[in-house]
Amino acid sequence: MTKVKDGINVAVVGNPNTGKTSLFNALTGLKQKVGNYPGITVEKKTGSLKLAGGRKAFVTDLPGSYSINPSSADENIVLETLLQREKSNQPDVVVVVADVMNLKRNLFLLSQVMDLGFRTILAINMSDQLEKRGIEINTRKIEEAFGCAVVMISTKKRSGLKALKDKIQESHQHAMPFIFDLEHQDKEIYDELHKIFPEASSYQAWLCLSQLDNIRILRQEEIDEINRFKSNHRTDIKSIQHKETIKRYRFINQVLKESYSRKIENASGLKERIDRIITHRFYGYAIFAVLLLLIFQSVYSWASYPMDLIDMWFAQLAQLARTTLPPGQFTNLLADGIIAGLGGIAIFIPQIAILFFFIALLEESGYMSRVVFLMDRIMRNFGLSGKSVVPLISGTACAIPAIMAARNIESWKERLITILVTPFTTCSARLPIYTIIIAIVIPEKTFAGIVNLQGLTLFALYFLGFAVALLSSYFLNFILKFKTKSFFVIEMPELSRPLLRNVGQTVYQKTQAFVVGAGKIIFAISIVLWVMSSYGPGKEFKNAEQIVTEEHKSEDGNLENKIASYKLENSYIGIVGKSIEPVLRPLGFDWKIGIAIICSFAAREVFVGALSTIYSVGDSDDNIETIKSRLEREVNPITGHKMYTLPLGLSLLLFYAFAMQCMSTLAIVKRETNSWKWPILQLVCMTGLAYISSLIIYNLLK
Amino acid sequence: MNIADLKEGERGIVEDIVHEDIPLKLVEMGCLPGNEVLMMQRAPFKDPICIKINGSVIALRKNIAKRIMISKI
Repeated sequence: MTKVKDGINVAVVGNPNTGKTSLFNALTGLKQKVGNYPGITVEKKTGSLKLAGGRKAFVTDLPGSYSINPSSADENIVLETLLQREKSNQPDVVVVVADVMNLKRNLFLLSQVMDLGFRTILAINMSDQLEKRGIEINTRKIEEAFGCAVVMISTKKRSGLKALKDKIQESHQHAMPFIFDLEHQDKEIYDELHKIFPEASSYQAWLCLSQLDNIRILRQEEIDEINRFKSNHRTDIKSIQHKETIKRYRFINQVLKESYSRKIENASGLKERIDRIITHRFYGYAIFAVLLLLIFQSVYSWASYPMDLIDMWFAQLAQLARTTLPPGQFTNLLADGIIAGLGGIAIFIPQIAILFFFIALLEESGYMSRVVFLMDRIMRNFGLSGKSVVPLISGTACAIPAIMAARNIESWKERLITILVTPFTTCSARLPIYTIIIAIVIPEKTFAGIVNLQGLTLFALYFLGFAVALLSSYFLNFILKFKTKSFFVIEMPELSRPLLRNVGQTVYQKTQAFVVGAGKIIFAISIVLWVMSSYGPGKEFKNAEQIVTEEHKSEDGNLENKIASYKLENSYIGIVGKSIEPVLRPLGFDWKIGIAIICSFAAREVFVGALSTIYSVGDSDDNIETIKSRLEREVNPITGHKMYTLPLGLSLLLFYAFAMQCMSTLAIVKRETNSWKWPILQLVCMTGLAYISSLIIYNLLK
Repeated sequence: MNIADLKEGERGIVEDIVHEDIPLKLVEMGCLPGNEVLMMQRAPFKDPICIKINGSVIALRKNIAKRIMISKI
């Protein structure tokens, strides 16, 4: 949050499932930016809006949280933002989003925010549900008791938003702190904290002491002083926190007694019945399995049409560049390097968008938490938590957000194992490789009219990913010795029909962030690759034309193709590829695949782009050609047959199923585990497993 | 008796919690002495369990549920 002259900084906080993000979307529309918090990769969503009278407000959507006291890394953000010390970074107004059903628990967070002394507005969402659920709320009484502005809103019906915007401008400061009272609870700590933080309020200072490990805004000398104090005095932090909680609820209950009434306890019997079925000991698992199958099947079948289109567009674009631009190095770089490389990433936008769509649907509807509930006991056998299901499923889109989703797992051991095994799940970066290899080596057959052999292979690869992830967890559970208590608490929000507007926005943002992030790497690598493959050291590269012409003197016809591939072999990249070929030969890979593997160490999806760059450099034809047909045409120089046979295809598939070919994941694991030990272990074990399994399958089938 | 002893559909009042063993989050969500708790459902394999307390529906594991003492009503 950076202060802009005359603008108002607004922070939006609230419990999960209150419609906090819907409100944020409704307020800012598409004027949003997704960035990262400095130092960590939690998404930071900011947006702006115009208020009546022309003033601007800058809104930040903070992660969902039940309390200011964080119980996960996501929730740390809320605390840190609210404890910001620099005036210019502090929010001017905090909007606490609540919903009509869980008002009591929402007011708990409100009371904490208000104790910090912010200008606060309580926005009570889902006001369209009041009548249906027989709820009556007297907002004026809440306003009086808490001393903050209260607005009833409905993000679904888009009502109350204007009133909220007006309050953002008008509402006034209140007296603070009003519930938290350390002075009477523990005078000794109170005095000491006042000495360390003379300018802070007692609640701010208390949070610095009790959440010392979770915040990074303190100066070193302050941390030292707190630690010194802690080692000299046995303070029972938890006991003070419990007393604080009781006190807050006592106040809230008092207020609600006069301002809140609910006539109908359960509004819908249907929802309860659905809930029973999806968590049933038999149907529950069956429904979950069918859902997963459906998702993966539709990712494959729905995405194939737009993918073919994108593939063709890029081929045409490269062709267009070649025919319209004057021939030369720049045109070559553009057509063979950049367009070919970017085509390699654009092609899997459909798949990743469809996956994010389904995941957003599962989360928005509240189904995901049922799965967590259903799977916890089973996952515990593997040393995981029910909450590990979310990272494992999200891992099918991308391991990076998935590993971050493990942050809400309370037990460190369960969280660590989840982080370590999540990269085994079939992420969307593997999909372009799988899709293209499957299309080439697996015959397009259909059984019983519905089961498609290619689709089945893809499903088998998904299954393999999950199976290996679970198996590795099982071993890790034995090997890792930690003494941690395993906590597990999760709210089960009421099932609800997902708002398509929200789902759409999530899909758009996530896909965009992913494509831009991966696109940058691919763009850079494409250029490096092109340079390394278009230039070479030594005489062989320079005199390629002469050498090839002399060698094939007796033959007629066009030697251009032979010259081009001779050039590639002797280029810089060819030399690198050839030098690692001996290691890869047993797996059936040649030096061209070797180059693609090296390049795709940065990110798997580079593989297809790299191959297509390599092949188009070694290709002097001006035909419009798709990546697939280029690979299909490739001939094995040793056997003289097709290069991409079934054994090579399966060997490649297994290699990419297991190998840790993703630098960003390693970086995120390092950050989440705070040590190099775990990412290195991951790299060695996963790539080792990949090598061995490819070696076995290739030599068995060869 | 503790929460884990309740049968589905039964209610109790929270009497006492062993606060060293209970995550603060659970307390902050309303698992406090005096509050009414309703056993909603047990997951397959009887663990975790799903309770309604303070207006929220929360799933928690048996090992924690056993630390929350209640009296049946």
